[in-house]
Amino acid sequence: MEDKILLAHGSGGKLAHDLVEKSFVKTLANPLLARLDDSAVFDVSGRLAFTTDSYVVSPIFFPGGDIGKLAVCGTVNDLAMSGARPLYLSLAFIIEEGLSLAELEQIVNSVRMAAGEAGVEIVTGDTKVVPRGSADRLFINTAGVGLIPDGVEISGDKARPGDKVILSGAIGDHGIAVMSRREGISFGTELESDCAPLGGLVADMLEVSRNINCLRDPTRGGLASTLNELASQSKVSIRIEEKDIPVREEVLGACEMLGFDPLYIANEGRLVAIVPDKDADKILKVMKKNKYGKEAVIIGEVAAKPAGRVVMKTVLGSHRIVDMLVGDLLPRIC
Amino acid sequence: MKYITEFRRSELAEGLISHIRHSSKTPARFMEFCGGHTVTIFRYGIRQVLPQNIEMVSGPGCPICVTANADLDKAIALAQIPGVIIATFGDMLKVPGSRSSLQKIKAEGAGVMTVYSTMDALKAAEDNPGRPVVFLGIGFETTAPTVAASILQAEEKGIKNYYVLSLHKLCPPVIRALLDAGEVELQGLVCPGHVSTVIGSHPWEFIAGEYGIPCVISGFEPLDILQCVDMLVSQVEKGESKVEIAYRRGVRPEGNRQALKLMEQVFEPAPARWRGIGEVAGSGLKLREKYRRFDAEANFELKPGPVVEPAGCICGDILRGVKTPSDCPLFGKTCTPESPVGPCMVSSEGSCSAYYSYGEGLRG
Repeated sequence: MEDKILLAHGSGGKLAHDLVEKSFVKTLANPLLARLDDSAVFDVSGRLAFTTDSYVVSPIFFPGGDIGKLAVCGTVNDLAMSGARPLYLSLAFIIEEGLSLAELEQIVNSVRMAAGEAGVEIVTGDTKVVPRGSADRLFINTAGVGLIPDGVEISGDKARPGDKVILSGAIGDHGIAVMSRREGISFGTELESDCAPLGGLVADMLEVSRNINCLRDPTRGGLASTLNELASQSKVSIRIEEKDIPVREEVLGACEMLGFDPLYIANEGRLVAIVPDKDADKILKVMKKNKYGKEAVIIGEVAAKPAGRVVMKTVLGSHRIVDMLVGDLLPRIC
Repeated sequence: MKYITEFRRSELAEGLISHIRHSSKTPARFMEFCGGHTVTIFRYGIRQVLPQNIEMVSGPGCPICVTANADLDKAIALAQIPGVIIATFGDMLKVPGSRSSLQKIKAEGAGVMTVYSTMDALKAAEDNPGRPVVFLGIGFETTAPTVAASILQAEEKGIKNYYVLSLHKLCPPVIRALLDAGEVELQGLVCPGHVSTVIGSHPWEFIAGEYGIPCVISGFEPLDILQCVDMLVSQVEKGESKVEIAYRRGVRPEGNRQALKLMEQVFEPAPARWRGIGEVAGSGLKLREKYRRFDAEANFELKPGPVVEPAGCICGDILRGVKTPSDCPLFGKTCTPESPVGPCMVSSEGSCSAYYSYGEGLRG
């Protein structure tokens, strides 16, 4: 019989100790975690970015990733969107009894690989096991800290008329990949989640320009909601061109079938940057050299009016408003 | 797999738009019957690119919007019977009935589940043998055959706890009712694409023949709609009225015989209540006597209580094409997609939702 997580694994006793040692400390090997003190202790100096997030995606394994990779990438990306270089993460696992140990190990291994790629260390953590039905297989809560380089001032309220809007790649891959696995829908080719750590891409961008005004990863609510947030925070209008927004045929096809608009589908490895016109070309150029920015493209620009609105020029040359997402399009995609 | 981008190519659109602008001389009002077409028209700003001669009005082709409150109340009453599970397409959840919505009673503990197909509902019945599972049969000729298939499958598998509340509606009879009411004068009809894949083009002939109104069956991509409008303009300018198929990749004149046979086997025409239009003879489908044991209406005693219509809501007038969402005092104020008053704001295919989401009317 396959080894399963039992309630006793969360009890604080011997089983719990073994689980932490074998499944977490060994895999995520780093000196700060290995000390197993109540807190991770480290020195930092400079401006700190600090973020937290929780991951409840269903299913926990999906094409192109799993909840472990998602937790690391999501947290790293939240730090990166402040212009910070991500450093340390915490991970807390809430496990439903009955999850197989093999699956847990696979997820921790994904955490290890994603953290390795992102250049961050998991320095503290926690494990709780709850009775069957009290959680759905596995939830992960994270926190993360990173350092913001001097001269970097990135915020959602800094978009100015004349700025260019850059998107780092095709939209909707993550939401549709998770949906396809959950609903057992196949779209001809296996579409993979775009889930990826973007710290490196942001570092490359900051290397060529410290003048980036806004950075945001269009996760839940998709590109449309992110652009609306930025337009509203900065009290400006964002004008985008439908023909310039990259969407894969598989995503378009799935959206047609399910009645969704790709603009509202979640991404986990994409970013939107709003940058001064004069720096746009060099930022775009450096993005295209990074593997997570290969498809980067300018999708529009910032205008003064109508403030707080996103307006899209359609492929027919007409204009329409792109509104915030209302309600729940795809529950539990992250 | 380039079947979508090909129908959104801007250079082809430019050609069609310019052709429409050159050939349209006579003022004409065209109705797009189907909510799916309404969404495409707004999502791509098609009204903006058409010449002023051409007015587009939206019709009653949104199955959720036209479901009368009396029927919605029945569904809600069914869900409140202990043990019953209502299986429905997601959009229905939020539609406010006389006193509550499926979403609200779900939160209060009623058995309501969202499904993507009738087969999901049938599976729920198999998985919960001790509980009656009722599928809300809402939709036009497009969905009715799949519901019929689910009933036949339930019979074959001996599933005894599967029921259908048949609120299906048929499109051609309601268009006749609209035209007979004479409230809206039309010079052309954009006939529904998906419905026509099932029923074919023949059932629309009476509109061209008896009423002299040009009909073109359209697909759902922006180029489909433009091509359809171009063909309607051409009929108007030539003084013709006939049924043409612009959606050749989906529709054959005789329709889908297999689907029609399934529908015919399980259902028979019946009167149906339409929001804003009232009861229209022969515009609904009920289960034939042979399949009575799957008929929720025949097997559950329902006392939904008196019907209350939302005060101030003009969904009914909008569905008949006599008013637009911007004529409604509630639109964008007390009625928004976050807190909808009427069904046309709830359904993603509703006119109010399309107006609101894509910025027509008040927020233009």
